[in-house]
Amino acid sequence: MNRSLQLDPQGRLRHLLTLEGLPRALLLELLDTAESMRHVALRGNKKLPVLRGRTVLNLFFEASTRTRTTFQLAAERLSADVINLDVAASSTSKGESLLDTLATLEAMHCDMFVVRHPDSGAAHFIAEHSAPQVAVLNAGDGRHAHPTQALLDAYTIRRHKPDFASLRVAIVGDVLHSRVARSELLAFGILGVGEIRVIGPKTLVPDVLEDFGVRIYTDMDAGLQDVDVVIMLRLQRERMRGALLPSESEYFRRYGLSAQRLTRAKPDCIVMHPGPMNRGVEIASEVADGPQSVILEQVSNGLAIRMAVMSHILGPAREDAA
Amino acid sequence: MNRMLIRGARVVFPHLGLDRCADVLFEAGQVLALDPEAGRCQDAEVVDGRGHWLIPGLTDLAVRVREPGQSHKADIRSEATAALLNGITRIVCPPDTAPPVDSTAVVELILRRAREARGAQLHLVGALTRGLGEEALSEMGALRAAGCVGVGLVGRSLNNNYVLRRALQYAASLDLTVYLQPCDAPLAAGGVAHEGKVSTLQGLPGIPELAETLALARDLMLIEDTGVRAHLGRLSCARSVAMVIEAKRRGLRVSCDVAMPNVFLNENDVLPFRAAARLDPPLRTAADRDALREGLRSGAIDCLCSDHQPHDPDAGLAPFPAVEPGASGLDSFLGLGLKLIEEGVLDLPTWLERAALAPRRVLGLPMPGLEAGAAPDFVLFDPDAQAPLLRERMHSRGRNTPFANWMLSGSVRLAAIADRIYLRS
Amino acid sequence: MLEELLPRWVDATRRSLAERNISAPRLIGVHSGGVWLAEHLRQALGLSEAIGTLDISFYRDDFTRVGIHPTVRPSRIPWDVEGRHLVLVDDVLYTGRTIRAALNEIFDYGRPASVLLSVLISRNGRELPIEAAAVGLHVELGPDEQIKLRGPEPLHLERIRRP
Repeated sequence: MNRSLQLDPQGRLRHLLTLEGLPRALLLELLDTAESMRHVALRGNKKLPVLRGRTVLNLFFEASTRTRTTFQLAAERLSADVINLDVAASSTSKGESLLDTLATLEAMHCDMFVVRHPDSGAAHFIAEHSAPQVAVLNAGDGRHAHPTQALLDAYTIRRHKPDFASLRVAIVGDVLHSRVARSELLAFGILGVGEIRVIGPKTLVPDVLEDFGVRIYTDMDAGLQDVDVVIMLRLQRERMRGALLPSESEYFRRYGLSAQRLTRAKPDCIVMHPGPMNRGVEIASEVADGPQSVILEQVSNGLAIRMAVMSHILGPAREDAA
Repeated sequence: MNRMLIRGARVVFPHLGLDRCADVLFEAGQVLALDPEAGRCQDAEVVDGRGHWLIPGLTDLAVRVREPGQSHKADIRSEATAALLNGITRIVCPPDTAPPVDSTAVVELILRRAREARGAQLHLVGALTRGLGEEALSEMGALRAAGCVGVGLVGRSLNNNYVLRRALQYAASLDLTVYLQPCDAPLAAGGVAHEGKVSTLQGLPGIPELAETLALARDLMLIEDTGVRAHLGRLSCARSVAMVIEAKRRGLRVSCDVAMPNVFLNENDVLPFRAAARLDPPLRTAADRDALREGLRSGAIDCLCSDHQPHDPDAGLAPFPAVEPGASGLDSFLGLGLKLIEEGVLDLPTWLERAALAPRRVLGLPMPGLEAGAAPDFVLFDPDAQAPLLRERMHSRGRNTPFANWMLSGSVRLAAIADRIYLRS
Repeated sequence: MLEELLPRWVDATRRSLAERNISAPRLIGVHSGGVWLAEHLRQALGLSEAIGTLDISFYRDDFTRVGIHPTVRPSRIPWDVEGRHLVLVDDVLYTGRTIRAALNEIFDYGRPASVLLSVLISRNGRELPIEAAAVGLHVELGPDEQIKLRGPEPLHLERIRRP
């Protein structure tokens, strides 16, 4: 069902709502395109004409200046016009239904909605109820998915360790509430990562993940053994309903990534974090700023990936020669 | 008063040992004769019953009518009428109207509206506690005197065990049946789907099976302790069925029901984010659905109900977690029952037991009869007529159903209850 | 056929450069065929600077045909374009849209002093007013015919009739 909603008959993305159901070749194509985009950012004229004349609407129902700015910059670098709608502050908070908001937006004749919403499934809902020519790019819906984050993480990993099949990747922290983790698990599965581990307390890591081919560890030291990539998730305080953890200090003691703990992983293990970081809660400052950290690179890779995704969805139609 | 003659139908009343072709002569308010002599039938309006079945009217133990308080979704007139048109002659309304059924004024309002509607017979369950809250008992005696068939709770259980125990004791001393729906509120809080594979994959907050089984275990112990007669509604998992079997074996006076959606669907029907599958209790695993079917077959589960929860269209037009839970069930209750027979889950007498007879036993009502003088309470329908369930053709004002466009059998020709007769022209 | 064609094309390019008094041009090839050819040309002309490569994917219009290998390769121009004399190299000049896109892309890197278009084959079918200064071979093709450069090993020409 995700495949038919997201892909057109030629196998091209018309929406990006979730990585589920997408073929490996498509993911690799997006990573390759991001590589080109990264080079564009290094030259004098950082713009490409791919989306000239198109309008991208940032529809953020959840406050997030960071992510919104990245999507805005990505669209502008592709020469698109960008409109920002922080709905939290506008009519929806006055009780206007999501459907009514969408109906009024139709009048703006946008080509793409970039959507962030606190409810899982919101991006699907918007894709189903928007005008047919509007493409929807999911910038994060509830706990469900954050596909561009997972893509930029996969791209970052590939730049350092190109052979996915040989890798041991560990995701640490609040997987239960994390849309980033869900999308990463899908991405790594599709790309054929050798071994995927999830590390955290039972309150934050659902058992049923084992059914998806993932090894669960409640002991951080054991879980980090010989790992090639560590991805630290933010402890999302605002999503917890109490009684999931006793305290931040205990969390750091048991699951925080200290320099000491990192030595259990392989010596060339890279350290990643989707940001923003809670220093001293899930990750020690010296690790976040240390030589194995690629956290800052993730941010610039995020721009390249978002440019790649937008140009894939909205760029000129592909036509292969005979 | 017009006499009517149903001629040539297959009459199936298992509790009377009846399953044969027969004629029935009746008028509004009373049955005149089964197998009447030709002479008595002369001025009667004839209804050709050939190829049709005549069964006891279906009785649905959980039907929200949304009045008072939510008339933008539905009302007593529309739902009582819809029930009758769908072959359901008796509906039981839970106490969670707004205001709840905890005062005689509300009871009288609802029962009066139901009389005026002249549709299905409406039975009312009063509130077990005042305001359906955690602190005080309701005036159960007064509620019964005003016309309630029992008292109970619905949706979520009481958290306070002490108050629940006292309430059950009090109900027992009045010989009242208590209607409970086991679901622990804190464990279920925030959940919108069964806690399992699908909810984890889709990032939907889960309602664990434990919310039901833990509350059920507590309820069963209190039922045993207080000796109250209780009916447990909307069980949704295999574990619950096993617990009820064990309780019955211990001699507890309990009965239970399951809702139609849980008998046909499972958590996969939520994928990817189908608003129509947003239900409470949620759709659980395929194994749970199979256990509910087996329970219906064996009799561990006494009754089938629709768990009718009609909604206005806007209630379903939102991202999944924001959709109001519940399905409109009156328009599919008969058809899905026939589907269970077609799929070999139940035979005809067993289905009638679960959907028509056992619910009456739970309510303490006499079984419907066909002897002279008996009050009419039956339905005539064509079991072979098939049609897709189309939202725009539904009789209920609520069109929210996960069974939209399913091909269902059963076309109701006539329904009679007390002095009301519905005849499709 | 290619063994004879390549030297003829290199000579044509050499002559065009001489006519314009350009002695130290920089070469840019359009993926993929133009890149192989630009490298060949670099060696044949004895130039030391590396060639630039262009992937025009992001500058195409809807009517541009993608080459045989539709995978994306990053554009790379390892020197400053500003004020330089460039030779833009491609395998087949057909509608002219690829070259239009390539010129747009070059100008996003900077403003060259001049751009000399050198193509191995020029065929009929222009849709834009673009012509090459140096051509290895002119061909006339039927409406359902195509000519392509295949490679990199061995480099060879293929004439195709589309069914």
